[in-house]
Amino acid sequence: MLIFELSRPGRRNPSQAPRPAPGLNAIPEGWQRKSRPRLPEVSELDAVRHYTNLSRRNFSIDTHFYPLGSCTMKYNPRACNHLAMLPQFLARHPRAPADTGQGFLTCLFELQEMLKEVTGMAAVSLAPMAGAQGEFTGVAMIRAYHMARGDGARTEILVPDAAHGTNPASAVMCGYSVREIPTDAEGNVELAALRAAVGPRTAGLMLTNPSTLGVFERTILDMEKIVHDAGGLLYYDGANLNAILGRVKPADMGFDVMHLNLHKTFATPHGGGGPGAGPVGAAARLQPYLPLPLIVRDGDNYRLADEADLPQSIGRLSAHAGNAGVLLRAYVYARLLGREGLQRVGEFATLNANYLMSELRKAGFEVAFPTRRASHEFSVTLKTLREETGVTAMDVAKRLLDKGFHAPTTYFPLLVAECLLIEPTETESKQTLDAFVQAMREILEEAHREPQLVKSAPHTTPVRRLDEVKAARELDLAWNPA
Amino acid sequence: MTTPANLKYTKSHEWVKQEADGTVTIGITHHAQEMLGDLVFVETPAVGRKLKQGEQCAVAESVKAAGDVYAPLSGEVVAANAELADAPEKINADAYAAWMYRLKPDHPGELAGLLDAAEYQAIADAEKH
Amino acid sequence: MPFIPHTADDIRAMLAAIGVAAIDDLFDEIPAALRGGGLAGVPPGVNEMEITRLMYERAERDGRWLNFIGAGAYEHHIPAAVWQLATRGEFYTSYTPYQAEASQGTLQVLYEYQSMMASLTAMDVTNASLYEGASALAEAVLMAVRIHKSARRVLMPATVNPAYRNVTRALVRHQGIELVEVPYCTECGHVIPAALNAYAGKEYAALVIPQTNFFGVLEPADELTAWAKANGVLVIAVANPIALAILRPPGEWGAGGADIVVGDGQPLGAPLSSGGPYFGFMGCRVSHVRQMPGRIAGRTVDVDGRTGYTLTLQAREQHIRRSRATSNICTNQGLMVTAATIYMALLGPDGLARVAQTCHANALKLVQQLTALPGVKRRFSGAVFHECVLQLSAPVADVLHALKAQGILGGLALTQDYPELGDALLVCATETKHDADLERYRENLQRILGRRFRPAPCALKPSL
Repeated sequence: MLIFELSRPGRRNPSQAPRPAPGLNAIPEGWQRKSRPRLPEVSELDAVRHYTNLSRRNFSIDTHFYPLGSCTMKYNPRACNHLAMLPQFLARHPRAPADTGQGFLTCLFELQEMLKEVTGMAAVSLAPMAGAQGEFTGVAMIRAYHMARGDGARTEILVPDAAHGTNPASAVMCGYSVREIPTDAEGNVELAALRAAVGPRTAGLMLTNPSTLGVFERTILDMEKIVHDAGGLLYYDGANLNAILGRVKPADMGFDVMHLNLHKTFATPHGGGGPGAGPVGAAARLQPYLPLPLIVRDGDNYRLADEADLPQSIGRLSAHAGNAGVLLRAYVYARLLGREGLQRVGEFATLNANYLMSELRKAGFEVAFPTRRASHEFSVTLKTLREETGVTAMDVAKRLLDKGFHAPTTYFPLLVAECLLIEPTETESKQTLDAFVQAMREILEEAHREPQLVKSAPHTTPVRRLDEVKAARELDLAWNPA
Repeated sequence: MTTPANLKYTKSHEWVKQEADGTVTIGITHHAQEMLGDLVFVETPAVGRKLKQGEQCAVAESVKAAGDVYAPLSGEVVAANAELADAPEKINADAYAAWMYRLKPDHPGELAGLLDAAEYQAIADAEKH
Repeated sequence: MPFIPHTADDIRAMLAAIGVAAIDDLFDEIPAALRGGGLAGVPPGVNEMEITRLMYERAERDGRWLNFIGAGAYEHHIPAAVWQLATRGEFYTSYTPYQAEASQGTLQVLYEYQSMMASLTAMDVTNASLYEGASALAEAVLMAVRIHKSARRVLMPATVNPAYRNVTRALVRHQGIELVEVPYCTECGHVIPAALNAYAGKEYAALVIPQTNFFGVLEPADELTAWAKANGVLVIAVANPIALAILRPPGEWGAGGADIVVGDGQPLGAPLSSGGPYFGFMGCRVSHVRQMPGRIAGRTVDVDGRTGYTLTLQAREQHIRRSRATSNICTNQGLMVTAATIYMALLGPDGLARVAQTCHANALKLVQQLTALPGVKRRFSGAVFHECVLQLSAPVADVLHALKAQGILGGLALTQDYPELGDALLVCATETKHDADLERYRENLQRILGRRFRPAPCALKPSL
């Protein structure tokens, strides 16, 4: 039932609207709205009940194990939310003068400093609002760097063929053409192909490390040399930073610019799709191009840097300072973990992934890169299962919902057939992992004994498998009473 | 489904039929529609548009993928199949009957460079994941 | 270790199961030169009690102010239920609804949101959010250029929020798209339709029309839209969602209405929060839906014929289309949209209209009271919604500084973005302001300006 179907004409919530009072009205008659917006007319109880019940139709980290590869669905500490929503932080206007926000700005400055330490980069801007915006920023900074040197011939960005879709999309948004580099059978970028691809047209290479396939790019230092020798720069996609947090710094791998996903690595909430934050870090030579604003210190005070401070900045990405509330949550998380806690993240994320990988292998699943260590995630291929039983990765994912687990990432990376990309994160216990393995064992057994049960899953969710073809062919994108 | 012997093909999964009046009719192969899945939307090039060989000119969109369709030859678009706007699934039903567009080729010689049925079948077989 | 549940026994058992002696061994594929180093620059961890105390201190230091700043972010009352519901774990910690059967809560909320926004803007369809208003405008410009197919120039009035113009320029210039500035009339505060004659005959993909504009003034949107249609130019409307409750919406503008609508949804339930998170909304005609970026939820049925919701038209997005995608956007502002949907459900059409009317009335009252003071004049003659530009006879920065000393944030100085206006101040009054608040502003401003009008006493001491 939609909220509109609960509506009754004339139902109102007097305590939510301002008191009626005769007021001035100077909107010209011709501009006054005549059509009535189709918003619901429900009581407050109706609305609260409706949205509470809707929430209970969701899987979430708070309710289920969510091993989504490359999403880092770790526990979102409640303190982060509570403290970011203190009334004074919530009430502050973005254009209020800096001296009315020193508490807030102190938190953001300290976050910048901690991110510099974690990444090894010379400077950090908290401005980008998500990983994709961070990627756009990094590529735009690379472009600005080459243009400032008068090197306009560099028109190509290289990405591995296994790259996340936002990589090539961001490069194109910056006016570059994209060239894909193949991956070898061990899950790493083909060094020979990279060597052949670089040249005077190479602006840069975008890499994730560990890669989107869940394995560490072992030849990273060779790749770094190849690209830098050709005059290109290196961009680090921080989506998989959880695997190496506290253990390896992207700057030490030779990257010139990078983004972090705070909604992954720093436990800010996914919120059903966002908001996230994608701060960028830069090595010294790219520092002048960072997006505005940055938080800078002037003696004992903090303020937002502007165009006068950073005249070569690539510009602003949002009207204000980015997803400020998300940044506060990340700050609290980083303080709660501190030096030792952050160092442990990579270790335990990796321990959990390797444990899960070895247990699933024992249960009869085929790992995509059997000779490789798992990073914080690993890929399983169900190609043989499909050949033997007709059961696909999609089917297994849906059946997991019946078992009380959210499915792992499916069909990404594209290079692994019938792929499940599994990332447990460090906040899950051995018990939870064992329960997941047990569920997967059951599904494997069901696939051989009674494949139809798996192929027609899910059975216990609020709706069963949805007709996505109908959704795209017969577009119904807004409620429109006849 | 066997690949019709009387058509020519491209590596990018288009089929090409030579018409008596010198124009060519173009669509996507059975293998292509199978890889894409149930089609939800098809975009064909505008009549009158001039295309270069290899230029992206149409799209076949499914729930899980958007397949780019390319011009196998250089030429001018003389017709586009209007039925596909409301019924993209016709391509899934019979990929060789559901044509997408028709071209008047600039250089008929380019036809010789296209693949024949056997060559295309080999490519399609190798791609089966 | 915080949030890491492993006991020593767990670790032992897990290492044994994997077949390694220590966690360190799991990192053996990483070149030794890259490993270790530590995070000396990060302070040691604190517990929740300690960080709570620190954050309370910092929040108290920032304090609360009587706020009259608008300029793209607006203070509104947010019903308590909005964030109590939005921060339920099932909404707060759920992922993007790619597995539709596991996310019917989120997907239905998105469908309801899309329905409400489509109706509010009077457009056929809206998406499930972009990051915020400025980058949404940039996406609209890119979308218009894609639809138009030939022109790569867009007409951008100087009355569009300067931050929006800056961000749009930063995001689109790499694709060779040029923003051409359209001047405004310094007497009335909006674009004069006749000024568009200068652009006839050249090719433009779109004309951006803010309603209301950055000055709070109503633009002659019908005439501007008519010009655009007559000249083959798409119309991108930039709207305030609260104002839409009482203003004729972009879908109902003249000559068939706007083609694309964007704006910032912050007024619908997102706290000011130093600038974010907010959310960008975008709507368009159904014929352009395949060019619209961002996620979209659609209604369909499951195998049993039950109604359900799913993300649709995903082939436009980066995870499928990659370098040919409509945008690189992946993560959006889902939680803010959830809050906005609940907000709109609690207020309903009449409640939202009452909020808008009260904002409008309060702003007019404030302007009336302030312009009664010597040294304060209303700058523009155009009709306003809930913001207005005042011309001051004293340096704006000094006035704001003096008001701040009284706990009042008096508005936004326009001296940096619009130097041609001299000492101009953009003030805003929403439904959150009482008569006592307006009076407090008035009396303080009177005192501050009064001080300035008194002839300066002879403060120079004769030098001996």
